[in-house]
Order: sequence, then C-alpha cells, then structure tokens
Amino acid sequence: MKRRAHTAGFVVGALLTAAFVAMALLAHFWTPYDPQALAIVDKLEPPTWHHWFGTDQLGRDVLSMIMAGAQNSVGVALLSVVIGVGVGVPAGLIAAARGGLADDVIMRGNDVIFAFPSLLLAILITAVFGPGAVNAIIAIGIFNIPVFARVTRGGALDLWSRDYVLAARLAGKGPLRISFEHLLPNLSGLLLVQGTIQFSLGVIAEAGLSYVGLGAQPPSPSWGRMLNEAQTLTALAPTLALFPGLAVVLFVLGLNLLGDGLRQRWAR
Amino acid sequence: MSTPLLSVESVGVTIDGVPVVRSLSFAVARGESLGLVGASGSGKSLTALAILQLLPAAARLSGTIRLGGVALTGMSAAQLCAIRGRDIGMVFQEPMSALNPSMRIGDQVAETVRLHGGASAAAARDMARAALDAVGLTGAQGALDRYPHELSGGQRQRVAIAAAIVLGPALLIADEPTTALDVSTQAQVLALLRDLARSRGMGLILVSHDLAVIAAVTDRVAVMQAGTIVEEVVTTDTLRNLEHPYSKALRAAAVLAPKRHAQYSVAAADAADRDGFRSREAPVLDVRGIVRDYTVKRRSLWRRAGVLRAVDHASLVVHRGETVGLVGESGSGKSSLLRAILGLERPVAGEVLLLGESLLAGGRAQRRLRRSIQAVFQDPYGSFDPRWPVERLLCEPFHLLDVQPSAAERRRRVAQVLERVGMSAADATRHAQEMSGGQRQRIAVARALNTEPAVVVFDEAVSALDVLVRAQILELLAGLSAQLQLAYLFVTHDLAVVRAIADRVYVMQQGRIVEHGATQRVFTAPEHDYTKMLLAATPRLALEHGVSRDA
Repeated sequence: MKRRAHTAGFVVGALLTAAFVAMALLAHFWTPYDPQALAIVDKLEPPTWHHWFGTDQLGRDVLSMIMAGAQNSVGVALLSVVIGVGVGVPAGLIAAARGGLADDVIMRGNDVIFAFPSLLLAILITAVFGPGAVNAIIAIGIFNIPVFARVTRGGALDLWSRDYVLAARLAGKGPLRISFEHLLPNLSGLLLVQGTIQFSLGVIAEAGLSYVGLGAQPPSPSWGRMLNEAQTLTALAPTLALFPGLAVVLFVLGLNLLGDGLRQRWAR
Repeated sequence: MSTPLLSVESVGVTIDGVPVVRSLSFAVARGESLGLVGASGSGKSLTALAILQLLPAAARLSGTIRLGGVALTGMSAAQLCAIRGRDIGMVFQEPMSALNPSMRIGDQVAETVRLHGGASAAAARDMARAALDAVGLTGAQGALDRYPHELSGGQRQRVAIAAAIVLGPALLIADEPTTALDVSTQAQVLALLRDLARSRGMGLILVSHDLAVIAAVTDRVAVMQAGTIVEEVVTTDTLRNLEHPYSKALRAAAVLAPKRHAQYSVAAADAADRDGFRSREAPVLDVRGIVRDYTVKRRSLWRRAGVLRAVDHASLVVHRGETVGLVGESGSGKSSLLRAILGLERPVAGEVLLLGESLLAGGRAQRRLRRSIQAVFQDPYGSFDPRWPVERLLCEPFHLLDVQPSAAERRRRVAQVLERVGMSAADATRHAQEMSGGQRQRIAVARALNTEPAVVVFDEAVSALDVLVRAQILELLAGLSAQLQLAYLFVTHDLAVVRAIADRVYVMQQGRIVEHGATQRVFTAPEHDYTKMLLAATPRLALEHGVSRDA
C-alpha cells in the first residue's frame, strides 16, 4: 500500500481523538479533584484558576467530571464496538461463506435488529434490565452487531469472488481458514473505518442514554447527565452546559474526521 | 498535395518532466485509416489523448497538431470543446464504462448533438436514430429508449461509436475499441469502423497493442516504441513488409508460434482424440458428461424458479504432456465447466477423473488428488492476496501436502520454482503489487507448479497481457510442459492463443462441446458452423501459419 500524505482532517481528527482517549486514561489515575466530592460552599463557581471549568450546583469540579465522563464515554463506546465486532464480524463472515439458508437467517435477523430505531432499542433494553453503564454497553453493542455484520458480509462477498480466494480453495483450504487468512486481514481497513464511526455513534448514544437517566447512574459522572443537570441551571450558570456539550461535540467530530481520513487512506 | 486532415508535427509530451512521447510526426488523410500499434507504455494512448488535447494535468505538450490545417495546440478550452465531438470523435476501450448507465441510449447519442447546439430535441433524436442505424443497431435492437444494461458488450460499443460519429466528425479516434469484446463481436466492430471510415470519407486512427487487429482494418500502420514512431508502412494482409526489429517482434508476437516440444503430429493428436488414449496411456484428466444448472431468479412469487443449463453433458480428456484448448465465447459455459473440473463447484451430473480417481469424492482423498491439478487465473492483479509476500503466496498450495515442509525446505522450493519461471530467488520477499502484469503471471504459474501437478488449468491466463508479454509467457509455458511432462488445459476465447499452443482443441457453444480434434485440423478444416464462424471472425494475421521465427 502506498502511503499518502495525511489530509488536514485526518490529522485534526487523530489529535482530537487522541486527546480525549488520553484524558480518559489519565482520569483513571488522576483528576484535579475527586469528581464525586461535594463542596456545597463552592457551588456554581464560574471558571477560575482553581476550577478551570468552574463547579456545578453541588460544588463538584467540572473539569474533573468531564475527565471522568470521558472515561465513561470511551469505555461504553469501546466495549459496545467490541460487542458489535465480536458478534457481527463472525456472523458476516459465516453469512458470506455459507450463503443459502445461513445467509438468510443471519441477515434477516440483522434486519430485525436494524429495523428498531437505535435509541429506542437502547431505551427498551435499559428499561427492561434497569439503567446502568453495563446495560448501556449491551444496548449499544446490540445495535452495533448488524452494522458490522453487513459491512463484513458485503466486503467478504466481494473478496470471495477474487481469484486469490479461488487459489486458496484450490490449495484445499476451508472457508474458516480462508476467512482468517485472506478475508479478515483484507477487511481490516474497512472494519477500522466502520469501528471509528460506530465509536462516535456510541459516544452520542451513551450521552443520550445518560441524559434521559438510563446510562451510568449517579454518582459516577457522565457527560449526558451533566448536560441534563445543567439544563435547569442555564440561566444561573451558562458555562455549566457548555463544557460537557463541547466535550461530546469535539470528541464526535474528531472521531468522524479520523474515520473519514482512514477511509480515504484505505480507498484504493 | 492538399493539406492532410490531421497532421502531427514533432510532438513531444512530458509528464512531470519525464518525456513519454518524443518527436512524433505523422499525418492522416481524409478517408484514410491509420493504425497506431505498440506495447503498453509506448505512448500510443497518450498520442490519442494529445490529439484531443485531453492530456492529464501533469503533462506538457510541445510541437504542433493541426486538424484541416488549423492548429489545435494553443486553442482555448472553449474552442477545443467545440471541436471535440463535432470534428473529432473518440471511442474508448471499455464499453461498460463509456456509457452512462442511467441514461437511455438515444439520449446519450443525441447528447453530443445537443451539446454542440443548433439542433432541436426532435432533430437530435432523428440524428441519433440515423447514427444508430449506421452502426447496425436497427429496429427494436437499437430502440432509442433502451438502457445500456439491456445491451450486450458489442452493442454497447456500437452505441459508443454512434455517439462518436453522430455529428459526422472528420476524424475518429478509437483506442483499443475491441479489446474487451468477444472474437465474433470484435470482427463486427472492426468491420464497422473500416466501413464507416471509407463510406464517410472519415479519417480513422485505431490504437491497439495487437497487430492482428490493426492489419484487419487500417490502410497504414505506424509502430510506436518508447514514445516515438519507429516504422510506418502500408498495411498488407500479412504485414511481412515490417522491417524494424521492434515491429518484427510485435508481429512475431501477434502470429505467435512458440517452439513446441517433441513433435506431436496431427495424426497422433487426432488418434488420441478419437480413442481417448495416447500411447496406450489413460488420460491424466478425464471429464465425463458434466452437467451444470443455474437457477434463474424467480420472476414472481407464483412462478417456478427457472433453470439455466450452463454446461450440457460436456466431456473432454487431457493426456500427459499434452496441451488442450477449450474455446468458446463468453456465455458458452466454459467457465462453468472449468469450475466443475477444478472441483470448486459440484456438477448436477457427470464426473471428473484425475489420474483415474474421482476428484469429486471429497475428504482426504480429494486433498491428496488436488495436488495434481492446479490453476492460473485470468487477472494478474486479482490473483494474489495484496498483503502476502511472494514467498507466502507460493507456499499456499503446500497446504495440500500431508507433511508441511520445513522453513528451509520451503525457501529452497520457492527459489527453485521462481527460477523455473524466469524470476529470481530474491523476488520471494517482494509483494505482487510491485510487479508488472507479466511478472505476476509468472508468479501465478510458479504457484501452480509448486505442488508438482500433472495438469495445470489456465483460465484466460494470457488474455490480460500485452502481446509481447503474452508471447513470452506462452514460450515459458511451452518449455515447462516439455521439461516437466505437464498437461495443460487452456480455457480461452482467443483462437490465436489456442492455435499457438494447443495440440488439440475443444470448441464449446451454449454449454455443449460442438467440435473437437487436432488443433491444426480443426483450424484448417472446421466442420461445425460455430467453429467456422469463430475462425472467420479471428483476424487473419493471428491465424497465420508456419512463420519462421527469425530474430
């Protein structure tokens, strides 16, 4: 593969994504303040040297909450992509390799999941199994499955018709071996691009779920709930909604730019 | 002498500073057709683009190009737009992509008229109708409201030609117009181009890598090498008047006759064909009564799914050390038969015996047997996993061995087989993408040889190659077959290739083998009408016999 110069979008996207991921990692070990520590005396402070992003209605440090929220966002989105890849990619490979009934069953099953509006499905699952980060991951992960299954099946069907796959079949290799040796490596670019896109959708979905109270439960911080809580206080502390909102927008923007850049690199 | 229609005067083209066309001069008179021939990279397509002033942005042009005495070089973009399509028509290689799939053919042809103004929609339609009639798309076949996907490849190319000639251009440029077409379609399109040029007094420039195609159509031939014309002669049937060494090499490639191994006489071939035995030895590959059906998509929920019989009781045999051709046009079922022979898809009926055992048995026995039949595919670009280095590619068939060879043994065998196909052991670490089409096809041959098979099947394996490279590969294959007592089954639509390399030939039409026998006998005295038609359609030069291979 020829390496081309990266586009500006790719660089900006990669930097933004790296910054948020680094922030999430850092939050695991250190935040300026304990994001859960209440200090009512300091409530609703505007940004200062002590609290760069100010404090919320309970006196918690907003920067620390954003950082811990990033950890939550990245975790939920990443794990739900892992679920989508872990189930969807094998399903897509099997559908493409076997064809016939297996293909029909797998793809029609996907259609059923796909037919539900994603957020509605997530709300349904969290409503049935109870709110919480784990159920949010499962809900978003299930929504990711058909996306990866379709992308994988489409790409794999194309590769199955290639002469090098024919040559592998002539070398006596079975569908499983061919899928691992020839198909997966050649689909990795496609899957990486789709993974980035699903990651960004996961971030949005997580924010949406926790906004309506179905994501991570208090006191563990999340961007969506921060937005929800800030909503009632917009008149008093306008910056309170600004920072978590910006965090969601910038992270999603970065992921999308990164995904676009990756797609251009893999478009051969 | 009057001014020629087109004159190209000491034209040079550089791309990013690298000269690709150098001091090129030629002229085309009205009603005359000129063939530009050369291997890929000789600058012939760039020359065609230079005449149209459609060179890529990085290219710089020097010299003068005049059409009817007026210099095209130095014209404004608007002036050029007025000339392209009206005064110069262009036909490209790929009829699939030259047409807009969502536009009716009548509108596509009429578009040229409308773009150049001065005609009402109705008049443009009439002109489109006339142009389609002129290219032989009359009646329902050429109905103006058909879409490109409803047409065959040859019909699409006719539409493209109609669009190019609808305004009666003085000059028509055709760049490899028949390379993507079947032989019989190729013959029709070539005849059409020649007749149009003659009847309309149009100048024609035909660009091709194949001298046989050029010889069939043009009045003069200009041979291009490394960006310049090395020789220009009047076209004769046999083109024996070519003198430049490069032209001679191209001609030798077009009439191709690789040195054959120990003489296998026509009589012996015919006897082997008749009896199914050669020197009392059973055939290495015995294909008996293969039937393959495809289900056709249901038209409605209430109707039964239709069945299309792609292969209808086809049988053939291949003997040790023998080269057998299987020819037929696209849709004749030869690819379906091939897939059944390779055991990739199960036939409805019939069996494939390899070295006397059934290849369709499945399981362990099939794996063992598979070592003895390998294949080389058409597309040198799609035959290799782009992520694998050559060594890993070549070792893939080792999967068929019971005991995997050690790393040292692998390296040794890879080096050996690479040298056998004329590459070097150092190529093992390279990737296929870094290689040319010819080199890739050598790698594909090496991969097929690695398990020491008895039969190698070639699926259009030289069709995508340039004539010169094609000749080299065929030469290599002929040598390997003699050296290793290999049997080949050559599946192709190209009769010239079969004529050059096959001892015996099977002709396939609509799923059936309609004729078979010794190649020389079938080609000189065909019995079936279909064979006769195929032979009549193949350019004469390509079937020329007994050419001395003087260097």
